[in-house]
Amino acid sequence: MIGLLSYLVFFATVATILAIAVLGLNLQWGNTGLFNGGVAAFFGAGAYGTLILGGTPQAGHLGGFAMPYPLALLGGMAVAAALAWGVGRLTLKLRHDYLAIATFGVAVAFENVMRNAEWLSGGAKGLRGFERPLQEGIGSGLAYNALYLAFVASLLLLTYLFLERLVSSPFGRLLRAIREDEEAARSLGKNPAKVRLTAFVTGSVIMGMAGGLYATFYAFVSPQDVLPILTFQIWAMLIVGGAGNNRGAILGAFLMWGAWTASGWALSRHAPVEAQIYAGSIQYVLIGSVIVGMLLWRPQGLFPERLVVSQSGGATRPAPAK
Amino acid sequence: MADPALSIRAVTAGYLRDLPILFDVDLVAEAGKITTIIGPNGAGKSTLIKAIAGLVPVTSGTVRHGGTDITGLRPDRMAAHGIAYVPQTDNIFRSLTIRENLDLALRRAGLRRDAIRARLLAQFPALQAKLGDKAGSLSGGQRQFLALANALATEPRTILMDEPSAGLSPRAAEEVLEMARGLTETGVTILLVEQNVTQALRLSDHCYILAEGRNQIDGKAADLLGDPVVAEIYLGGKRLRVGA
Repeated sequence: MIGLLSYLVFFATVATILAIAVLGLNLQWGNTGLFNGGVAAFFGAGAYGTLILGGTPQAGHLGGFAMPYPLALLGGMAVAAALAWGVGRLTLKLRHDYLAIATFGVAVAFENVMRNAEWLSGGAKGLRGFERPLQEGIGSGLAYNALYLAFVASLLLLTYLFLERLVSSPFGRLLRAIREDEEAARSLGKNPAKVRLTAFVTGSVIMGMAGGLYATFYAFVSPQDVLPILTFQIWAMLIVGGAGNNRGAILGAFLMWGAWTASGWALSRHAPVEAQIYAGSIQYVLIGSVIVGMLLWRPQGLFPERLVVSQSGGATRPAPAK
Repeated sequence: MADPALSIRAVTAGYLRDLPILFDVDLVAEAGKITTIIGPNGAGKSTLIKAIAGLVPVTSGTVRHGGTDITGLRPDRMAAHGIAYVPQTDNIFRSLTIRENLDLALRRAGLRRDAIRARLLAQFPALQAKLGDKAGSLSGGQRQFLALANALATEPRTILMDEPSAGLSPRAAEEVLEMARGLTETGVTILLVEQNVTQALRLSDHCYILAEGRNQIDGKAADLLGDPVVAEIYLGGKRLRVGA
């Protein structure tokens, strides 16, 4: 029973962290129409940033600044913001397909730099020497993990509330207008480039926070955690959940993470031994099939975007879809 | 004669630097008047209005608005200079409500937002009744009214309108052009690109005819309307000869 509970807490923690990253992507794609194909890079920037700033000094790579945990996490988010700002300045003038290719390239480059720049990231061995906050007092068992789950769940809730407010604010209205027609927005005196960059950086900061929380949970990060498959997983979660709908993004994260772990478990139990070495590849095929299937048969996702009516400078209210 | 609101001198422009569409085009739009640009398909009418709005690069020549050089100014800075551009299509935000469309344009109006919105709704009563509806649900004519109201929300001195009657029924087209005429009575200058030549000339003060990216004829709209050459070319459907 304790084993099952421990597993459920583990599952829920990872799903919650991924849901935060999906919310970041939803702001970029669902609300603003920015095709970020490099989610793993911003997630990774937060993860590496948090551990470098918050870890204990280690020989052989940068960091071990032993900063207090909240500052380390904020620092990781700032690293993601800086990366997003630089990437955004260079690439946001590109339209959907080219932006996707460019940002995908950034993510591949990020992974390769983390794999090879040992002085910075510890290389393929990854970053160690990070002690999870409050672990000394609470221990590393189920109680700690449950507490950590509560912590990440509260951050997920705060992120959700922040984004819901943002989407129904005048700024959210501007995001939707720019997603629909940049030229018309420009003719009304709006600067789409600035607004797109703001949304891109904000979404990436949220992904960076997810990365920081993920690395904190494992007290470790390596290039294996920022492989391109992470980007596809996050995208699959958003497509399944419903782009443009924050609740859909969260539910999509839980559903797809459940499908991913269940398929891994089923393959390890029931697939022939000779097929098990391909289990990872089969999971990739599963993710690809889900994305293609959803785009073909239910492109709006399980929870489609709701019409949100923003009010002028004051209170906001969601309206039922028409 | 009043000072020109908009003055274009020897403008050469095109989407690609080495492939100009307009060649040394001159145009003057008087303040508080409607100036119309007409010409055959491919004449460069929409390119000219987009070049003025900053959406097409100007490679040489100058665009001045109220004495200020605005050549090559970024499109999103035009509103601050008192210029509003109404694109031919996709000129409203369909997924936003009518109120949201107006509020988007009114974002910089600050404390005057409510007063300006009320004034616009009085001016366009068809929009008042549909304030909470998505703009995508409006008819063609109502969409043009909303596009015009959005433009007016930025309190422009000059409005650039690219074929506002395109795709509208004759009655709706007339209503939109009449509305444009009415705006000039409040001192707004209008530069209009139109395919609907007869209607446009009836409502305009001055008219420029372009062909193959160059100035051809210009004059008072009433004079051009009675000109047998223009009548033959535009009302008879024949194509203008370059250099005519």
